[in-house]
Amino acid sequence: MWENLFSEGKPGALDRVDGKQKVTGAAKYAAEYNLGNLSHAVLVESTIAKGRIKNIDTKQAERAPGVIGIIHHGNAPKVPGYDTGDNPAKPPTGGEPFRIFQNARVYFAGQPIAVVVADTYERALYAATLVKTEYDKDEHETDVEENKDKANRPKGPRFEDYVRGEANAYKTAPVKVEQEYILPIEVHNPMELHATTVVWEAEDKVKVYDKTQGVKATQKSIMDAFKLKEQNVQVIADFVGGGFGSALRTWPHVIAVILAAKKVNRPVKLVLTRPQMFTMVGYRPYTRQRMGVGATMDGKLVGITHEAISETSTYEEFTEGTVNMSKFMYACPNVNTNYKIVALDKSTPTWMRGPGEATGAWALECAIDELAYALSIDPVQFRIKNYAEMDQQRKLPWSSNFLKECYEKGAEAIGWNKRNPKVRSMREGDWLVGYGMATGTFGAGRGRATAKATLLADGTLLLQSAVSDSGPGTATAMVGIASETLGLSPSKITFDLGDSSLPPGPTQGGSTTTSTLGSAVYDICIALQQKLLEVAAAKEGSFLKDAKFEELSFKDGAISRKTDSAKKISYTEVLKQSNLPQIELTKDSQGGDERSKYSMYSFSVHFVQVHVHSLTGVVRVKKAVTVADAGKIVNKKTAGSQMIGGVVGGIGMALMEEGIFDHRFGRYVNNNLADYHVPVHADVPHVEVLFVDKKDPYTNPMGTKGLGEIAIIGFAPAVANAVYHATGKRIRELPITPDKLI
Amino acid sequence: MQENENCKNIKASRRDFFKQSSLLAAIALTPSAVINAAQQEWDEKVASAIEEVSVQLDVNGIKHSLSIEPRVTLLDLLREQLHLTGTKKGCDHGQCGACTVHVNGNRINSCMTLAVMQEGKKITTIEGLAKGDKLHPMQEAFIKHDGFQCGYCTPGQIMSAVACIREGHADTEAEIREYMSGNICRCGAYPNIVDAIMEVKKGGKKV
Ligand code: FES
Ligand code: FES
Repeated sequence: MWENLFSEGKPGALDRVDGKQKVTGAAKYAAEYNLGNLSHAVLVESTIAKGRIKNIDTKQAERAPGVIGIIHHGNAPKVPGYDTGDNPAKPPTGGEPFRIFQNARVYFAGQPIAVVVADTYERALYAATLVKTEYDKDEHETDVEENKDKANRPKGPRFEDYVRGEANAYKTAPVKVEQEYILPIEVHNPMELHATTVVWEAEDKVKVYDKTQGVKATQKSIMDAFKLKEQNVQVIADFVGGGFGSALRTWPHVIAVILAAKKVNRPVKLVLTRPQMFTMVGYRPYTRQRMGVGATMDGKLVGITHEAISETSTYEEFTEGTVNMSKFMYACPNVNTNYKIVALDKSTPTWMRGPGEATGAWALECAIDELAYALSIDPVQFRIKNYAEMDQQRKLPWSSNFLKECYEKGAEAIGWNKRNPKVRSMREGDWLVGYGMATGTFGAGRGRATAKATLLADGTLLLQSAVSDSGPGTATAMVGIASETLGLSPSKITFDLGDSSLPPGPTQGGSTTTSTLGSAVYDICIALQQKLLEVAAAKEGSFLKDAKFEELSFKDGAISRKTDSAKKISYTEVLKQSNLPQIELTKDSQGGDERSKYSMYSFSVHFVQVHVHSLTGVVRVKKAVTVADAGKIVNKKTAGSQMIGGVVGGIGMALMEEGIFDHRFGRYVNNNLADYHVPVHADVPHVEVLFVDKKDPYTNPMGTKGLGEIAIIGFAPAVANAVYHATGKRIRELPITPDKLI
Repeated sequence: MQENENCKNIKASRRDFFKQSSLLAAIALTPSAVINAAQQEWDEKVASAIEEVSVQLDVNGIKHSLSIEPRVTLLDLLREQLHLTGTKKGCDHGQCGACTVHVNGNRINSCMTLAVMQEGKKITTIEGLAKGDKLHPMQEAFIKHDGFQCGYCTPGQIMSAVACIREGHADTEAEIREYMSGNICRCGAYPNIVDAIMEVKKGGKKV
């Protein structure tokens, strides 16, 4: 049936269903609800990186006009979930969450140590400056490089050292490359500041407007922390102003606002400041990677060794799949990997767009490029030569893999074969010109979701699920899927999201929303068709009596036999003739055992042309072509934007993003958007996005694979490889700033 | 702002909190003089008298007579007091452009100016750009070219884009990129935004 989904032209490029709200300012984000009696919270932060709070003096602050309450470890109500050992805001992999305001310990600089609540934002902000704190200071460590000897392998089978064939076999290869690659801290910095607005509606009932990528997950964290019933915690995220991973957890400051609102007995709103976005909502951790790659003279890989050292906080263990791509990506008999983390006096890192793989691909795809040059083989050809016919790690067939087509399409579009392959051979005036490419991949997951569909007598359809949308266009994609599946105009379909009281939907992360939720929408639309048939056929004299579902066509809001499209009955008519005001269905949906039979990944190939100024070392990305094998594309317009967004993130990663610490104080020195550079309009060229757009037969009914992560994974190494082609210089420490090139 | 029922409640609850905390806390953190003052509402009266000044603003064609603290930024006034939340806060330091509005037709970062400095000025926010239900051509173009994802930077981008054309800085793609570089989009919608602006510019309609 779904062969016909997403026919060219049609919903394939539907405009965003929430576009009008976004361009008129009507879209509401977490800090934008006009609630009566609202008060404003401002956090006070620790000024040391490690130690204990000796004394916190709030007298003067309390006397300041408009102050309603000041809460800190000395007077904070207990968080019941903390006491019972139930971890609210559970850490992703291990350790204890940071228990806000529950003790005097300081784990990192910029840690929230008190919250000031006042009747206006200005008054809270001023009063917060009057809180005086004394500390017992301990020596802190914040530098991975200084502490790499203390790094440990995280517990659990996922982080066991991996060996296939022989360890370090690359050393025996006739041609080899052995190098280290450094990736600095990167900070998500979505444009919307993290914000939380809390209203206690009763003693045991709370409503929280929060910037979260998962309303259900945040609801659960709050339920656990405050020991509340599910129906008594409502989390709203109608619009989320970007996240890229920073809104995947329920951070301690969310718990703090809920505590504060309880204590002052009024609705409270907290908006983090931009500097607080660097310390309170995670970051991509600094990672040093060592690569060893070797090949035969004719370009067959002999061995890959990939080792990584990354960082976490002292109170939680954050881990990611940094070395995973090396295990399965290329046909290579000998692979060994090793991954370690070191605990430092910093806040906990978190998943950032392309978590693990973006870091890993930076090392692997640079090393592969270096090896191709060492062999004098075209980097594209080298990758094709070592293309893996199946997942090398799990020894399973790919559910689909169109990488070769990606290489071909991308090379063609950028004019790869017209370049002079010789290093430092191309020039335009003062600018050295270079071409580079790299590959990205990310698992194509599908989780579990419940969708509710209500078909009304007027022929409109309401779909609902508790998912957040941080920007990719979830509602638009779902309307597209429903429209194609059900045979109903998109203008008649509404998709409701962003409210935890809706049927449970997935968290938006790991490029899974379309796969997970789209499948639920697909399933419920099929169920709705079956129901329509049942209702229609039950009517006396119906031409659909005894009709088999497979024989029918559901198109343009009407049912007919495939063999006789002239005779039909509209959905509205079906409801009307049976006197039904509506049909309402709710359905849970999840995948089967296909995941154990096939290896499911999305793939991307990025091609770039860079110009490097021969005197100043300034690098400009002049052309970018990004090709995605992400299965069937549900909406080319929004999917295209997502790919472009990944490229822009990749430009930042490659050329400018770097969270810089002054390790003497354990603090950031560039915790704002003037000093932490992200790409602006002038940094971004026209980006050409190409899709293979072929359905994957196994991932889900639509044949889609994920898109969000592969858009960025591999882009930074493509730029680094192009810089090498332009200049002959290998930059192995991101970002590639001019000082490294002159 | 006008003293109304709501404000009285706010103050009442503040006093309640201090009474409670002084009774409940094991160590009284709040000196009794302060609690007395708070109960008499002296502090509020004194604070209001000293702290607030009056200002007249025209926002999207509506005249507002306000009594505000001088330290309130135009951005916070719009968002927190006038509830015009279409104008966004992305940094509060003039580094991102999310708060871009027009003051007497020129684009500015509303986080970088105090509201009292705009006495008598005409302010246009994203909410004032469309004519009723009819979207401004720039808004239409942003939808058509998908010039956004999350939408958070979008009001600022659109206000900036309109000004960019009015200033005569939208003749080429390169010029647009240069003159739009004060508006950060972390979702990376830049190429689509440039396409939208180019189209509106080429369309030749008065913006
Ligand atoms: S909020 Fe004004 S420039 Fe960022
Ligand atoms: S659309 Fe999300 S920041 Fe621009």
